[in-house]
Amino acid sequence: MANKVYKDAKSALDGVLHDGMMVMCGGFGLVGIPDKLIRAMRDAGVKNLTCVSNNAGIDGAGLGLLLEAGQVKKMISSYVGENKTFAKLYLEGKLEIEFNPQGTLAERCRAGGAGIPAFYTKTGVGTEVAKGKETKVFDGQEYVMERGLVGDVALVKAWKGDTSGNLVYRKAARNFNPMMATAAKICVAEVEELVPVGALDPDHIHTSGIFINRILCGAPYDKQIEQRTIRKA
Amino acid sequence: MAWTREQMAARAAKELKDGYYVNLGIGIPTLVSNYVPEDVDITLQSENGMLGVGPFPLDNEVDADIINAGQQSVTEQKGTSYFSSADSFAMVRGGHIDLSILGAMEVAENGDLANWMIPGKMVKGMGGAMDLVAGVRRVIVTMEHVSKDGASKLLKECSLPLTGRRVVDMVISELGVFAIDKTGDGGVTLVELADGVTVDEVKAKTKAKLSIDAALKVA
Repeated sequence: MANKVYKDAKSALDGVLHDGMMVMCGGFGLVGIPDKLIRAMRDAGVKNLTCVSNNAGIDGAGLGLLLEAGQVKKMISSYVGENKTFAKLYLEGKLEIEFNPQGTLAERCRAGGAGIPAFYTKTGVGTEVAKGKETKVFDGQEYVMERGLVGDVALVKAWKGDTSGNLVYRKAARNFNPMMATAAKICVAEVEELVPVGALDPDHIHTSGIFINRILCGAPYDKQIEQRTIRKA
Repeated sequence: MAWTREQMAARAAKELKDGYYVNLGIGIPTLVSNYVPEDVDITLQSENGMLGVGPFPLDNEVDADIINAGQQSVTEQKGTSYFSSADSFAMVRGGHIDLSILGAMEVAENGDLANWMIPGKMVKGMGGAMDLVAGVRRVIVTMEHVSKDGASKLLKECSLPLTGRRVVDMVISELGVFAIDKTGDGGVTLVELADGVTVDEVKAKTKAKLSIDAALKVA
């Protein structure tokens, strides 16, 4: 089998990046984001990116790093939250944003990766999201047509991966990663632990290695929590 | 005395039924989980990909990979499951979730909801709100009855861009509980008054077509 394993994020992105590309990025908030690959992309200096990601990171973390470096032309997201850099760039007209309902965004990526160019959803019917889009009535209910998305590269993060690219996610860090992994010409995965082929239980694999072209171990990880909420004992 | 935020949450909790799968929005809706009746067992869904959301963790239990859709650290319960965002919204859009409780900027008498953007202001995005109101079987809004500048938020029609068309079933404000006829043109019906609130006060603060439930007229 062709070697998919790279020693680090920088080498895993070698020959993959170009200006103006569409990047599919896993993660929800800062959970399950491909942190090492985003940093390597920032260091590579690639520009005019369209980033498809549920969120846009925060100041100093996640896709916030690419925003700060002026590498992003457009975001396709559902919620961009409290990101000062994002707000500044947007208000200065240096950044385009296309808001998609979260479920529509997830389905656009799932569909794109599954070879489905478009689908109908009732989400957004009668709102600005449906403007200019085809609508159709099925069984008395109106639906709006949304397009599948396929990017140039997908960056995903998993908990464990084997050398053939099979991935297992951990807890709520799964989120958008499985869809993003399928929805690009090439997918690069970073994992907390890289194990030999055969070490993962085949019944427990979330993303099959067929979707993963390159894989690297990004450990160690220093995971951030946006809202550390606790209760008293 | 009108209801406090906590009392609004407690009133919303009375709408929960045993066995319900429920998605709670940020703000007052989050407080609803503190008032679940003892004989009612519900399962909370968080649209980032978690079913069976437990309370906030103790300081030594915090796990960075266990968060809710508000990016807050939470805990697992017996039977918790995780899934992708696509599966999460299959639950939402597919009508598998019984109840969604969320906040609003405006609600119209036909059930239209606006809660995601104010033109001219920085927009943060709709997140999962449009999917939730389109797909969840029953939608309850908890909101202040009037805006900070005194304008009614329960209107003939929304002035702000919509989150969903004809989606709201019930509004709980500090003044009382309102049923919405989202499929017809019956408008808003006041079905319960908060303690110390009069029908006249509700009428004065409501810009929607308003009926008063017969039971309230007798009282």
